[in-house]
Amino acid sequence: MVMYALKRIFLALLVALTVSILTFTILNMTTDPAVAMAGDTATDFEIESITIAYGFDQPMPYQYVQWLGNALQGDLGTSYYFRTPVTALISGRISITLWLGLVSMAVGILIAVPLGVIAAIRPNSIWDRICLTLAVSAQALPSFWFALMLIVLLSVTFPILPSSGTDTWVHFIMPVFVLATRVMPAIMRLTRTGMLDVLASDYIRTARAKGLKPQNVLFKHALRNAVVPVVSVSSVQLGHLLTGSIVIETIFALHGVGFLAYESTVRNDLPTMQALVLLFSCIFIIATLVADLANAWLDPRIRVVGIDN
Amino acid sequence: MKPLDCLEIKNLTVTFPLSAGTLWAVNDVSFTLARGETLGIVGESGCGKSMTAMAIMNLLPQAAQLQATGLTFNGQELTALNESEMSDIRGNRMAMIFQEPMTSLNPAFTVGAQLMEAILRHRKVKKSEARERALYLLEKVGITAAASRLRQYPHELSGGLRQRVMIAMALMCSPDLIIADEPTTALDVTIQAQILHLLTEIQREFEMTVIMITHDLGVVANVTDRVAVMYAGRIVETGLVSQLFESPQHPYTQKLLDCIPVPGKTKRGSYLGSIPGRVPSLIGDLSGCSFANRCSFCTDECLNNDPPWHQIGSQRGYLCWRNPEQISPYKGQGVSL
Repeated sequence: MVMYALKRIFLALLVALTVSILTFTILNMTTDPAVAMAGDTATDFEIESITIAYGFDQPMPYQYVQWLGNALQGDLGTSYYFRTPVTALISGRISITLWLGLVSMAVGILIAVPLGVIAAIRPNSIWDRICLTLAVSAQALPSFWFALMLIVLLSVTFPILPSSGTDTWVHFIMPVFVLATRVMPAIMRLTRTGMLDVLASDYIRTARAKGLKPQNVLFKHALRNAVVPVVSVSSVQLGHLLTGSIVIETIFALHGVGFLAYESTVRNDLPTMQALVLLFSCIFIIATLVADLANAWLDPRIRVVGIDN
Repeated sequence: MKPLDCLEIKNLTVTFPLSAGTLWAVNDVSFTLARGETLGIVGESGCGKSMTAMAIMNLLPQAAQLQATGLTFNGQELTALNESEMSDIRGNRMAMIFQEPMTSLNPAFTVGAQLMEAILRHRKVKKSEARERALYLLEKVGITAAASRLRQYPHELSGGLRQRVMIAMALMCSPDLIIADEPTTALDVTIQAQILHLLTEIQREFEMTVIMITHDLGVVANVTDRVAVMYAGRIVETGLVSQLFESPQHPYTQKLLDCIPVPGKTKRGSYLGSIPGRVPSLIGDLSGCSFANRCSFCTDECLNNDPPWHQIGSQRGYLCWRNPEQISPYKGQGVSL
């Protein structure tokens, strides 16, 4: 297990490095940072002097190594637009996004897994149909539209919930609900399929033949095996949730890093964009790593496969 | 039911309602098992052997419907019990060994945890005592380095070892009845012999009643006291092993025995025996003898009316329109026991 974990961590670091190279290259190739810094009214001479002053004329690999060296020391550059260090900019806002993401994920899982289990216990029953209808409907809802409709309904027509801001936990109810709805369908349907497969398996018959109580068979023997794919997909869903948070934070005016990503893209703020893409990638990589380790803990066969590979 | 009897089944029928009609998986099966006896149930795939076992354990699929005038185990009527009362007996007084050792253990838990589970569920024992018992039984079923095996996961064990673990698991609560559903089918031949030998030894040592479900007549001859031959959901013949192998009464049993090649008797180059035709559909109206379409003694009566049960003495019986005197002595190649 320790070997497996070390191997996974090493792989995760490699992925993070690759992502940083790719984002740096793509962003620097598609925009001219000097133009963005100089502003709309700048003359060619000003742009040229900025290019030389900031080293934008240096070869790309050289610039990358410099940037990486600074990044590893906690310096992600200075935002062209906000004129503050990117690190400070992000650290002031990351808690909102992380909080929003993790709570939405938790709410999504807490709704989806029980619904999936209920649907699987009695396949094709009315409960199964209700759960599947919910999942398919939720999957079909575009979250920006759903968010706006909720605001119309719950903030305008019936002013129950605030439509924007981050002052109290009440402000987070609608955003969390929208994001949870986004991650819920895939998790629910996968739980259902996984449970159906596992419940028909020979070892569940063995567990029942031992005389174990139904709840013990269901939650100890079946669910543990059924959630292995669910864990993997949850980490992917977290990625969806992060991209979703860019839209949701913009709609509900939550000043998290999602909103910052929107702002920096609109302003062509290269260092901030670069840092945010890297940040989102790292969160995603960590989520995948956690999922891999959780699965290795859930299913001992995965640990073996990991070492053999 | 005599006080010594362990299990008595009367008129057990298991059906599945399908859109095409009723499927008769087990059809009017009755038998009695004395304490300490080993009964073999033989028959081909789909003849209802496993469903009979599942009906006894109350592990039938949800869609199955069970009818019986009696399902008595240790003097207790099983059909009157609810699922919770039944689960108190399952794994405790009766246990089952399955056909598929490769998939019958949960991949997520250690062998030890799965072994201990049954006894922790049914007995008030400490975890250390349960572990002790698991160790003892693993050694009993011939597993070396038992202590380290307890910590291993099923995927680290071979098929033969896993089946031994399954047997140890069934023995955890020292059940009165063990149902072994094709316990050796998935294993290779040398392991098969070892597992059968082990089951016989354990049956003797712990004085258990065993139902051995198999399609292998060789297993029956080696391991069991009495045999019931099943065909298309019914028991077509029953008797002591020696009686059944020496003088089979039912045409199906006779033909089955003819299929076994015998060293020295089966001629080199001759075809292996087989029974022409195929098992009839078990869906819908099943009147008449179910073997009629493959039987060389078939008459109009066989096709239209259910055959009667001929009881010969207390141990023998067969389901056929032919009276005992109409049946000429079996002159097949026979099987030496």
